[in-house]
Amino acid sequence: MKNASNLFVVAEVVDGHPVGLCHEMLGLARALADRSGGTVHAGVLGSGLGGAGEDLIAHGADTVRVIDAPIFAQYQADAWLPDLHAMIGQVRPDAVMIGHTPLGADLAPRLAFRLGTNVATGCNHVRVEGGKLLLTRPCYGGKAEEVVSMLSSPALFTVKPKCFQPCPKQDNRGGELVRMDSILDPASVRTKVREVRRDASDGARLESARIVVAGGGGMKGVRGFELAGRLADALGGAVGASRVACDLGWCPPSRQVGLSGKTVAPELYIAIGISGAAQHVAGCANAKTIVAINTDPDAPIFRYSKYGIVGDCHQLMPALIDKIEALRK
Amino acid sequence: MKIVVCVKAIPDPEIAASIFRVDEAAKRMVPLPGTRSVMSPFDEQALELALRIRDALGEGSITLLTLGAETTRSIVKHGLSLGADDALMLVDPVFDDGDSYTTARALAAAIQRMGGVDLILTGRQAADGDCGVVGCGIAELLGLPAVTFAMDIVVTDGMLVIERALGEGSEIIEAPMPAVVTVSHEVGKVRYASLRETMKAARKPVTAWSAEQLGLDASELGTRGARRVLERLYVPVNDVQCEYMVGETPEELAGNLVERLHAARLI
Ligand SMILES: Cc1cc2nc3c(=O)[nH]c(=O)nc-3n(C[C@H](O)[C@H](O)[C@H](O)COP(=O)(O)OP(=O)(O)OC[C@H]3O[C@@H](n4cnc5c(N)ncnc54)[C@H](O)[C@@H]3O)c2cc1C
Ligand SMILES: Cc1cc2nc3c(=O)[nH]c(=O)nc-3n(C[C@H](O)[C@H](O)[C@H](O)COP(=O)(O)OP(=O)(O)OC[C@H]3O[C@@H](n4cnc5c(N)ncnc54)[C@H](O)[C@@H]3O)c2cc1C
Repeated sequence: MKNASNLFVVAEVVDGHPVGLCHEMLGLARALADRSGGTVHAGVLGSGLGGAGEDLIAHGADTVRVIDAPIFAQYQADAWLPDLHAMIGQVRPDAVMIGHTPLGADLAPRLAFRLGTNVATGCNHVRVEGGKLLLTRPCYGGKAEEVVSMLSSPALFTVKPKCFQPCPKQDNRGGELVRMDSILDPASVRTKVREVRRDASDGARLESARIVVAGGGGMKGVRGFELAGRLADALGGAVGASRVACDLGWCPPSRQVGLSGKTVAPELYIAIGISGAAQHVAGCANAKTIVAINTDPDAPIFRYSKYGIVGDCHQLMPALIDKIEALRK
Repeated sequence: MKIVVCVKAIPDPEIAASIFRVDEAAKRMVPLPGTRSVMSPFDEQALELALRIRDALGEGSITLLTLGAETTRSIVKHGLSLGADDALMLVDPVFDDGDSYTTARALAAAIQRMGGVDLILTGRQAADGDCGVVGCGIAELLGLPAVTFAMDIVVTDGMLVIERALGEGSEIIEAPMPAVVTVSHEVGKVRYASLRETMKAARKPVTAWSAEQLGLDASELGTRGARRVLERLYVPVNDVQCEYMVGETPEELAGNLVERLHAARLI
């Protein structure tokens, strides 16, 4: 791949609205295309898409291909692949980007292999240097980063959330909206979604919260998380957790922050009783300020933290709640 | 029912960041003295699901499939002592320094050559590269359906019923066989090797195939077949300085922190 002038963004839509990561990807695509005088294409499949296409244009897409059909009500790779493959055949992009979400992580490798190319997953930095598209991604559980390039075209990559700035929304931005018919043969969809089980806890708020109070093994149990919940309430924030805490059932899995959980980038991340393993930090390293509370002064989490308290969180959490409530008065 | 579990040997993913080093010139991780390769944890969870399926059905065979150097033998032994029936190792210098594409290519060719496979399990991602590509790649190359991030699999009436972990819960997916399923840690606790299985493991068949035996040309494999070029590998710098709060009591420590956060307009 020589340049990155024509980009294709696969947009993910929830309840008729492109997810925030789409806007982050468009911000990145816009920056890459503007430097080379290229074009930003987007493709979106769904059912009941409403103004999703217009929204993508307002956030930086030049052309948007939209297929709105009931068969796309629920994501399945088998259903998504033929139409996306066809769209990419029409656009002939230099690079294709997809959000690194459960949908994107499922779709991107399939699409890459169908196109005879490879994919770099979970990229947190992308640039063009000497005509080469350089994709940076964490590896070894976040302990290292690698920069890779692709010999085959188009280069596919998935984009880690909270790493790129979205373009500001411009409602009068010009762009071409192409409504298309699906070429999918429904009989080729081999999998079937039988049921969707939504987690009762409001884990989605975690990703947009300005303040996250996260608990780990040091919470010692559900009681610890009750205190963490009260602290989060006092701060107007959301509760997150390490994998250890989720695996032990102290907290629902939708709260897990990290490599195999969610990526958050709040203004303030308070890690309580969390050791700071690389795989955990992978999900919170982009927080503006990290605060650590831990009994072990050598816990790795302090190396990522601006402020730290060495001490027992079960004594510190009630004290913090008191001080914050006093501040509010 | 014939199940193949793809397992990758990797450096222990839980070693502390403070002792983790890379050789930037060679673009490789520096192995820690005295440490051994382990089975990538998600692959161990994939094997656990395979064992649960076999337990539930009361029949079936489980084959471990791994591509790697001779050092991967230790993880094969581990898998056999957990209860897998046999193992196939792809060992050949031409596989070296490949990418997710060439790896999927070789594994897919091996699965095809084995024949009669009903279910192919992989980890959601290998815990060294963290790519999460090979499983879906195998599915595409073999023209099979794929379901990712499985936390549970039940086989009923020749169909797979898979619970797939999502960010906000899970979904239940039905898939025909043969299929590829990638497995996530929500599977929960994996079993330990029993003495009985460990004793049996030494006698279980372990086969090794070369690229030629797979019917693949060297130009499609390893460095020559790779689509990905590794430009750089490094440990990112982290220059945060931590200010530790001082205080005699929890109240004093908490008060100092709240003061700092308030002054910084964070709360
Ligand atoms: C492939 C892979 C993927 C992974 N993905 C993730 C992921 O997405 N998210 C994730 O979090 N982990 C993940 N992990 C696990 C990760 O490596 C760590 O094991 C995990 O993050 C540890 O959680 P923890 O720090 O809460 O628990 P522990 O390691 O048990 O640490 C508990 C901490 O609490 C402190 N403590 C104990 N008592 C108190 C007290 N009274 N007051 C204050 N502090 C106290 C201890 O000093 C210690 O630092 C992954 C691992 C692998 C191999
Ligand atoms: C730090 C690091 C970074 C890398 N980055 C990239 C990259 O960005 N792009 C790229 O194309 N290659 C990359 N590679 C090369 C790649 O790891 C190897 O080619 C490897 O064999 C494929 O593994 P994966 O990490 O891509 O696997 P993943 O796609 O993450 O693995 C998913 C699953 O596939 C199965 N599997 C993977 N490898 C094997 C194997 N050798 N034997 C048996 N089963 C296996 C396992 O079940 C595993 O859980 C990287 C390697 C390292 C060590």
